[in-house]
Order: sequence, then C-alpha cells, then structure tokens
Amino acid sequence: MDMLIKFLVAAVLAGTPLLFGTVGEILSERVGHLNLGVEGMMSIGACAGFMTGYYTNNFILAILAAFLGGALSALIYAVLTVTFFANQNVTGLTLTIFGIGLSNFVGVLMISRSADKTLKLPETITAQMRGIDFAGLGKLPVVGELLFSYNPFVYLGIVIAIATGYYLQRTKTGLNVRAIGENPAAADAAGINVTVLKYVNIVVGGGICGIGGAYCSMIINSGVWISDNVGGLGWIAVALVIFAGWKPVNALYGSFIFGALRVLKYYAAKSLFPFPNAFYDMLPFLITALVLIISSVRKSSGAHIPASLGLNYFREER
Amino acid sequence: MQKIGNGNHDPLIRIVKRAEKTRSQILLLRLQAVLISLVAGGVFILAIGYNPMEIYGTILSGAFRSKMAIQATVKYAIPLTISSLGVTLAFKMKFWNIGAEGQIIAGAICASYFALFHADWNHWLLIAVMFLAGLIGGGLWGLIPAFFKVKFDTNETLFTLMLNYIALHIVSYLRDGPWKDPGAAGFAKIARFNKNAALDKVFGIHIGWMVALALVIIVYIYLSRTKQGYEISVVGESQETARYAGMNVKRVILRTMFFSGAIGGICGMVQATGSDITLTTSVAGGVGFTAIIVAWLAQLNPFVILIVSSLFSILEKGSGVVQSTFGLSTDCADVLQGIILFFILGCEFFIRYTFSIRKKGGEK
Repeated sequence: MDMLIKFLVAAVLAGTPLLFGTVGEILSERVGHLNLGVEGMMSIGACAGFMTGYYTNNFILAILAAFLGGALSALIYAVLTVTFFANQNVTGLTLTIFGIGLSNFVGVLMISRSADKTLKLPETITAQMRGIDFAGLGKLPVVGELLFSYNPFVYLGIVIAIATGYYLQRTKTGLNVRAIGENPAAADAAGINVTVLKYVNIVVGGGICGIGGAYCSMIINSGVWISDNVGGLGWIAVALVIFAGWKPVNALYGSFIFGALRVLKYYAAKSLFPFPNAFYDMLPFLITALVLIISSVRKSSGAHIPASLGLNYFREER
Repeated sequence: MQKIGNGNHDPLIRIVKRAEKTRSQILLLRLQAVLISLVAGGVFILAIGYNPMEIYGTILSGAFRSKMAIQATVKYAIPLTISSLGVTLAFKMKFWNIGAEGQIIAGAICASYFALFHADWNHWLLIAVMFLAGLIGGGLWGLIPAFFKVKFDTNETLFTLMLNYIALHIVSYLRDGPWKDPGAAGFAKIARFNKNAALDKVFGIHIGWMVALALVIIVYIYLSRTKQGYEISVVGESQETARYAGMNVKRVILRTMFFSGAIGGICGMVQATGSDITLTTSVAGGVGFTAIIVAWLAQLNPFVILIVSSLFSILEKGSGVVQSTFGLSTDCADVLQGIILFFILGCEFFIRYTFSIRKKGGEK
C-alpha cells in the first residue's frame, strides 16, 4: 500500500512536465500547426526560468520568465509558419536544435562566470518550490500524500490543463479555434480572424511548454543546472498529444499514465514483469505508435487529427 | 449574427503572389538571408561579450587549420550527406519521413550484428555483408511507416517520429542485455568491433566519404534520369495524377520508403563501422534531424546537399575549436545554425510572395 502511494506520487511528479508540454502543443496543433519544437521551447523555458530564479530568488518571476521564454520561441515559429508560410516540420525541428543549443550554451556560459563553477538555485526559492501548505491537509492519511504533497508546478499544470480544456470545448473562441484546425478557409469565410487566433494559440502554447521546461531545470535535478535538462521529454509530449486525442483533459490523465510508465521500472516487481529497463523506456512511444495506427484504422472515432494539421493557410489560394 | 465575409475591404497589409523569380535572383535572395543571419549571429556573440569577427574567423580556420582538422570536418559531413540523401527520396514524394534517426539506428544494429558475431569472416566479404545488412535494416525500418500509410493512411510524420525512439531503445536494450561487453567491468556498453570489421581508410578518412560521394551521384541519376525517379515526382505532385497515369501509387510509396530508409541504414552502417567502431545509443546523434533541414535547404538537389552538409560540418568542427580557444560550449554551433536557418526559412517567403501595403482610399 505504502509502495503503491509512493508509486502514484512519483508518477504524478514524472508526468507533470509532460502535462505542460502536451497542453501547450495541443493548443498549437488545434489551429493546424504541428510544432516539432516542443523540446526546444521547453529548453528555452528551462533556461529562462532557472536563470531568473537563480538571480531574483523569486519563484513567481521564474515561472513568468519560463512562460515568456517559451512564448517568445514559439513566436519565432509562428512568424515563420503563419505569416511566412515556412514549412512547419523544418521550422519546428530548427526550433528544437536552436532551443536546446541556446539553453545549453547559456548554461555553460553562466557556469563559467559563476564563482564556484556550478549553478545551484538559492535556498529561499527551493523552499518556495517545495510545496504548498494546505492548512495541514497534507497530514491526512493516504489522501494527504496523494493529493496535497506536491510542488506548485503540479497544481498549476492541472489548472492550466482544465482551463485549456474549458477554453477549447466550451467557449466561443475555442469553437473558432477548432474550426480553424479543421478548415481554415471556411473559418475565414465565416469571419473568424484566422491569423490572430493562430498566433495567440501558438504563442500561449509555447509559453505553457516553457513552464514545463522550468520544471525540468528547477525540480528534476534538485535545483542544480545541468545541460540537456529537458532530456527528450518534449518528444514524449508530442507523442502524448496523439495519445490524448488532441484534448487537454485527456492530456491530464495521459501525462500521469506516461509518468507512471517512466517510473514503472523502479517500482514494478521484476519477478512479475521481467522486462528490461529499455522496454519500459520504449513503452510510451510504442503505445503512441499503436494509438496512431488504431485511430487511423477507425477513422470515425471522435479523437482524430485536426484536418488542417501541418498545412499552412494562404488566403488567396483558398 | 456573425458578420459574414470580410472581403469587402482589404486589410492594411496584404500578401500577394509575385511573378516567378529568376534563378540568380533567388540565389541572391538566399545569400542576403545568410548574410543577415550572420549579422544577427554576430549581435548575439557581441551581446555575450565576444568579438564576432574573431569567433567567425576561428570557426573557419578551425575547420581547415591542419590536415587533421580537414579530416575531422569531412568526417562530420559524411553521415549528414548520406542521411540527407535518404530523406530526400521520401520528401520528393511529399512523404514526411522524420524517421531518418531511427533508420540510421536500425541499419547500424543490423550491421553491428555481423561485426560482433562474425568478425572472423574474410574482411571484404564481412564489409559487404555489413553494408547489405545496414541497407536492408534501414530499408525495412522505413517500410513500416510506409506500410501503415498506404494501408490505413496513418500520419507518417508522427509515426516515423515514434519509430526513432523505439529504435533508440532497442540499442539500449542490446547494450544492457544480450550485446553487453563482458570485458567492460560492469559498464553497460557494447564491445569495440574487431579491426577486421572496421571500415578501411583512404586519405586518413574512413571510406564512408567515397560511399557518400557515390550516393550523391546515384541518387541524382535515380531521381532525374530513371522511370522510378519520375514516378516519385509525379506521386509527390499529385497522387490523383499518378493514379490517372496508371501508376501503382502504393507500390511507389512502399518502394521509395524502402530506399529512403535503406540509405539511412547505410549511414548507420558507415557511422558504426567507420567512425565509432562500436554501436552506441548516439550512433545517429541527431544527424537524422539535421538531415531533414539540410535536404530541405538544398531543395532536394543531391549536389547542393553535398555543399550544405559541408558548410554545416565546417560550423560543427569550427565551433569545437571555438570551445577550446574561448571556453564557449560547442552548442554555439547549434545556436548559429538555428539563427541562419530561421532567416533562410523566412527568406523563402520572399521568393514566392510579397507584401502589398494598402494606400489610402483603398487604391493599391
């Protein structure tokens, strides 16, 4: 029982950066833009968040900086693909290479300029990040640890996912966004401002990815900067979008399931499941590949790819 | 009521298609983009407190300063050229093969099997078998997404992306399990190949460079001079047209993706047996992704691919020297690459379109 709770808590913690990446990418893909730069945007967010936290010692500012970093990098992508009709795949991959490079580069530069040749977040900010005090609720048996023991990122992620889900499924703007993803020409003809909504979704989505990056740099390595700290989670997030069927609320449990898969190898009874570790690492991608195949076999299912995904929209050619 | 239609008044800035530009105009535009990007990169270097001219100079001289430096530069260019040629075949067909990374790994795994377990064979026979194994391994890995594409119309961009990571974890499985080097004192790694299973060297560089050059010519001829190459471009233009012309579109897609993956597989074989002399999880190391950018930049022209790959390699090798000289990390190559690419991606727009600004009174 104790082991199970520990496993579930670890799954949530491992799933949270994926949650941010996935929700951010869903926003972008819903307006038809497959941004393969998630890993890059998360890396830039990781760097912006960490460095801001390091210098200002303020957790809120760090989160804002991470959001801004992700949003600005997504803006590059938006300008190139929405306005300049650049190829989405190539632009996204470039953003990934650029983002990881820039993040590592700044990290190494800062390390070389620091007094003791390491970067570690100051004590005050790590204390702020540690957890929220829910007036002692965390002390409750079982549910206390399961529900009230996390760092603020976790709750922020859940709030963002639910808010994004509400925005996409229940608001008029969300309806317009979904219309753009299906058929931008028709949406345009109906008077929806396609360009503005594309920009807003891509940029805000990038900002959310950036916060996920800050989780990687600030939480995962206990506040010590290391290179490549996003470490491929951005790519898993791209996979998770498919798994979640392009719905933020599905991303919520999807990312915790994927988080569970990521930590499963430490908890699974090896006597019951004698699989090598590599198999557990492969599982998210294997499952996603299967989901892709199954969803393309059953075309009619509700969870389908936005029809205009990957295609740029040029008004004069509609 | 929603306002229907907003075509009754033009927006302030409109995008219009422009007349076709001549080749030299396009070339000039691209050169301008590269130049502006170098300036932008220079501003970045300046901002962190270094002299851009000094850094650029070091990159250039670092790539060519000695015979060994040139050899290293060429060594970077080999996998990039080969894998770019691989994805080119698929891209020509508008099949978004983002899976070069996985195809490289698959080829490397298959070639490594023979290097590890049949190292006693006659050297040239062994190399030939490894080459074939890499080719077939990569080809089959490329065939998987093609099969699901033609059968169920599965999104190939996302599916090939997943296959990259599946291939990667197969290597880590082999490394930690069945192929683990017992002589590595507990470290999980695959044994270094026997010398008999390593590629020979010509001019101090493994013969992968000759493979790369040969493939440039073969792919060029295949795409521009053969019936199959013609079929690829027709399918890429329009599958409807291809069907109307009586082509078996499914067969073309399957065949092309086999070849696309096969070239990636050859790249994996060359990297494992020529450069690393063992199989590691970093055998592809991002080359498959960079290859996509190179192929696109080169407009799918094999000879231009050779040039672009070489330029990227100069940047890569040169920034290694920047690291040792200025203490900056090698990541500055990726940053500069990114900046250059962003500008070129933006510049493509001006080849085909232009902005027209509405004058007062609605007249243009």
